[in-house]
Amino acid sequence: MANSILQVENLVKRYGDVEAVRGVSFNVEEGEVFGLLGPNGAGKTTTVEILEGLRTPDGGRVSVCGFDPQRDSDALKHEIGAALQSTSLPDKLRVMEALRLFASFYKRRRNPEELLKRFGLEEKRNAFYSQLSGGQKQRLALAMALVNDPKVLFFDEPTAGLDPQVRREIYDIIEELRRERKTILMTTHYIEEAERLCDRVAIVDHGKVIALGSPRDLKAHSGGATRIEVRLSKPESDATLKSLEGVADAREVDGAYVIHSNRPPQAIVSIVKHLEARDNELISLEIASPSLEDVFIEMTGRRLRD
Amino acid sequence: MTNFLTLTRMRIQLTLRNKMFLFFSVIMPFGFFFLYAGVFARSVPRVVSFFLGPVIALTVMGSFWGLSAGLVLFREQGILRRFHVTPVSASDMLASSIVANFVLTLPTVLIEFLFARIFFHVTHFGDLVSAFLLIAIGTASFASLGLVVASVTNTMQETQVINQLIWLPLIFLSGATIPLATLPQVVRRVGLFLPATYLVTELQDATFANAAPWSSDVLLALCSLAVWAILTFFLSAQLFRWEPEAKIPPRAKLLVIATAIPFLLLGIWENKTNRTIARAQAMFDSLSAPVKSAPPADSRE
Repeated sequence: MANSILQVENLVKRYGDVEAVRGVSFNVEEGEVFGLLGPNGAGKTTTVEILEGLRTPDGGRVSVCGFDPQRDSDALKHEIGAALQSTSLPDKLRVMEALRLFASFYKRRRNPEELLKRFGLEEKRNAFYSQLSGGQKQRLALAMALVNDPKVLFFDEPTAGLDPQVRREIYDIIEELRRERKTILMTTHYIEEAERLCDRVAIVDHGKVIALGSPRDLKAHSGGATRIEVRLSKPESDATLKSLEGVADAREVDGAYVIHSNRPPQAIVSIVKHLEARDNELISLEIASPSLEDVFIEMTGRRLRD
Repeated sequence: MTNFLTLTRMRIQLTLRNKMFLFFSVIMPFGFFFLYAGVFARSVPRVVSFFLGPVIALTVMGSFWGLSAGLVLFREQGILRRFHVTPVSASDMLASSIVANFVLTLPTVLIEFLFARIFFHVTHFGDLVSAFLLIAIGTASFASLGLVVASVTNTMQETQVINQLIWLPLIFLSGATIPLATLPQVVRRVGLFLPATYLVTELQDATFANAAPWSSDVLLALCSLAVWAILTFFLSAQLFRWEPEAKIPPRAKLLVIATAIPFLLLGIWENKTNRTIARAQAMFDSLSAPVKSAPPADSRE
């Protein structure tokens, strides 16, 4: 689309001999939460940092709010807000000072007081950065990304390293921004995060987009089938499992068998019968509703989480 | 412009909250001061006045330590990258380092003057305009040196090693600790290639021997320090890196040699003319001459 707020075309980035990004393309529309989902080292952060103007691409074309991040980096920086990965603030900077300081850099500003309240940092306003917990630091990072009321927000792994409860707090914040129709490009390696927060997801692996669409479409595309994951005492061939009644697809992934089925009860019965006949033992069995993980396994034969 | 000002304010605030700062910028200079005035000068006002230049020069030159370490720490911790996604520019960042350091160093120097007056009854402070100009330009130029060190080193360890390598010759070969006049001739010849030597000698010339700002010696020191400050600042802006993993290309280190050119040329010329050494010698000799009250007469026009 011609007027997408964020356009990436055939983006390439090399670090020495390693091609971190190998021809990534996608567009993000205004008011959309777009996720880059993939394992660590897939090239998500590199892609985002090129869009933010922090890194120089080796090929391809990108446009953010109509600006080229390389050529118009000064103008662009007024329009974007970012919560980076592997960043920090000076230990002895206080929360409110940080918000005020960063707000002072921009032409367009939001009231730091209001951000403080919204991100639940009022009690910490005079705390030093070094005194904040991981979750508080992340909330501050998100608040700081909003100080200039940006047109596009970049959240790079916004919940990495946080415990589940804090992660849910961050989800609530991002969901609220989504309701406000903020344009957000985020990266994550958590499936549930992408499914819950993103309107559209690009699944990235080894520097390439391997699937792109809304979480629902992606899951439907991969068959939309229930996943049955079993561990067995003796190996079975994928083909044999696949031939069983009720089984749509079966493949071995890291020593377990991932079986997809549209009729789970039949599939389970036929699997158990088959194993009994073969004197094979069922060590464990898990059933999960279809997720983006299945899309990833289907495309790569690997799990997303390593 | 406003970015630069708000950053400067932040840097000053952060430095004042830092305990390391208290040690390097307050306790250490004052320690040196009392060592010089009380021990070296045995509290004799005229001798204290003689050592005032060198001890203030130490305070001024110490700037580069904190600046290089501070900037490298900011880079290593990923603090600089956060600023990089904002409209803040590299020169905002660098200039704020210089100015914040300036604002923090001046009070220390001022207090050293006051201590000399209060505790050691020094009444003769020579030409304060010359002294102020030398202190101002000296602070800016040694701060810029710190920024270059930060730009050419990749890790904090490397920074500290380089800082030591710079600091030792600066204090021992420049007359800042051992008077130039008492150093062996060979050492003095080497010292003439160091910016520190001119700062030390001319500060002494100003505070002890009343050298006016327009006297050729002070003027020469001011000009060469200023040129050097501009060169080093420009270089540090060229080599500035926001990202911790961005390594400096080896050829860039060659550029650093370019900043040595002003004092290389001055050193060659001074080695021929012996001006600065003669000046330092004259001041040193006047100290042991049986003059009672008057400071050494300035023989130059």
